[in-house]
Amino acid sequence: MTATHEAASVTAKAAPSISQRRRRSKLGNAWRGFVKAPTSAKFGMLIIALYVIAAIFAPIIAPHGQAEVIGPGYQPWSWQYFMGTDQLGRDLFSRLIYGARNTVGVAFLTTMLSFALGGSLGLLAAIAKGWTDQILSRIVDALMAIPVLIFALLLLSIFGTSVIKMVLVMAVLDSTRVFRLTRAVSQSIVVMDYVEAARLRGEKLPWIMRREILPNIMAPLVAEFGLRFCFVFLTISALSFLGLGLQPPTADWGSMVYENKMLITVGRLTPLLPAGAIALLTVGVNFVVDWFLHKTSGLKE
Amino acid sequence: MNAVLKIVLQRLGLGLITLFVVSVIIFVAILMLPGGFAEAILGQAATPETVAAFNKEIGLDQPAIVRYAYWIAGVFQGDFGTSYASRVGYRREVADILAPRAFNTLFLAGMTALIAVPLSVGLGLLAALYRNTWFDRGINMISLVSISFPEFFIAYIAIVLLASPAFLNILPSLAKVDDDASLGERIYRCALPAITMTLVIVAHMMRMTRAAIINVLASPYVEMARLKGAKPWQIIVRHALPNAWAPIVTVIALNLAYLIVGVVVVEFVFTYPGMGKMMVDAVTSRDVPVVQACALVFAATYILLNLIADVLGIVTNPRLLHPK
Repeated sequence: MTATHEAASVTAKAAPSISQRRRRSKLGNAWRGFVKAPTSAKFGMLIIALYVIAAIFAPIIAPHGQAEVIGPGYQPWSWQYFMGTDQLGRDLFSRLIYGARNTVGVAFLTTMLSFALGGSLGLLAAIAKGWTDQILSRIVDALMAIPVLIFALLLLSIFGTSVIKMVLVMAVLDSTRVFRLTRAVSQSIVVMDYVEAARLRGEKLPWIMRREILPNIMAPLVAEFGLRFCFVFLTISALSFLGLGLQPPTADWGSMVYENKMLITVGRLTPLLPAGAIALLTVGVNFVVDWFLHKTSGLKE
Repeated sequence: MNAVLKIVLQRLGLGLITLFVVSVIIFVAILMLPGGFAEAILGQAATPETVAAFNKEIGLDQPAIVRYAYWIAGVFQGDFGTSYASRVGYRREVADILAPRAFNTLFLAGMTALIAVPLSVGLGLLAALYRNTWFDRGINMISLVSISFPEFFIAYIAIVLLASPAFLNILPSLAKVDDDASLGERIYRCALPAITMTLVIVAHMMRMTRAAIINVLASPYVEMARLKGAKPWQIIVRHALPNAWAPIVTVIALNLAYLIVGVVVVEFVFTYPGMGKMMVDAVTSRDVPVVQACALVFAATYILLNLIADVLGIVTNPRLLHPK
């Protein structure tokens, strides 16, 4: 039902018939690529799709609200409480679904910020060269000498813990890695003749960045986006698990593991569910990135 | 040999500079403390007098460079300052809290390294020997999956399997270690955290060992060994391995450096009294001197291990050791 709705909106938006045909052939290409993808990549895409649906439609799918107390605490799995209840008696299944929205959403937002910051600075360093490049690169080198989680802990102890602060801290720390890659891949593009031509034409710096260089470094950046998302997602989950990330009563997979950890010692598997949800998405994204890298690098079987 | 020495000295010099820069970064962090921090820490006890005393105590009345000089000079003498948890008449020196915790973490990391390194190199050799069989593919799949698992997931799976009524119940799920515990007791208590961390790093090291060996197997001298009739395991251990040490050793050192991040989460899961747990607790109570000390020790270890990886990569490279 959602698929037909989306298709309808696509055709409705693409008013002129020429662009409509192009749109269709693009969709067709995507579909052919999907059919040819190996099983692991299909599995990965399926997982990502499921998570996205759960995140978008969380209030519709989840039987209860994320902070709603529906019974006694620590109820076992049963027909009444599908996956049991957590320590306060909230429905674990509903919280798992809301977790897709909160945890994945925050990680996605952080990665976007990290790419906006690291990507634009990396492009700038590659184009401007000279002092700008030297200063930016040395700062990034210094920041990268400290492990991300340790650095994040240091900064959170100073600024205090809240979701916004965690997102900003993680985005800045992670952008150093994005900077490195963007700078490295755009350096080989910057020396191309067509970039020189654009410069002689009198194009401004943002135009050159966006129209000449960015399209040519898109493939490695997209793959890197997947990998960095996994890394950010795992680190944010770890921070939430340590009690320093998303704060209650927001449903978040990392903190859900911590809140229900007592159940493990009596042999119940409930805390493994949110932890498994984190692991499954990371595995899925890794599978897709693996396939994408293989495809764009032009390697054949 | 001279050329190697020169490169190694260059790397060591670069490492020292990095250490200095990192110490500055960690120090500068405290300058970004938001205003009203003293009030936040002192809570109900915040009067104008106590706030002024606190600000003087953490040195806010002096310029930053002077404070950095005092701080770093203290660090070299093993003095990391005073914890914010100190109150009048009761001083808590950061170094005194840190020392036993650092020993515990070192013990856990050492135990993990002793299990993980031989295991991953051995498995890597086996995977290279039986490459493209079900054994190789199985190990490959497991390692790919375990790389993408969060540390606490692996930790809880280990608990379910080895320390809960669900399956085997043979190990303690909490790693509470007293300072005067015997060696056997320590090893027993640390078993689960060490197993968890082993699982976290073994996959990557094993894959790199396998890749390094298979990379060498394509060279002509290995074919020569094969043609003269050497057995497959002989080819791998006697001919391929010596030339594959450089990448393997580098990866081992890098993974031990990665343990620093893993140790924070794993110690927290098992409430092990190490530096990682201490750092997380200090972040929660915003005890900045303790966090700074932990961050400095962790970062320094990380840089040193990376440096060792670098240097080992150079000195185990036969091409650099025997220049033409």
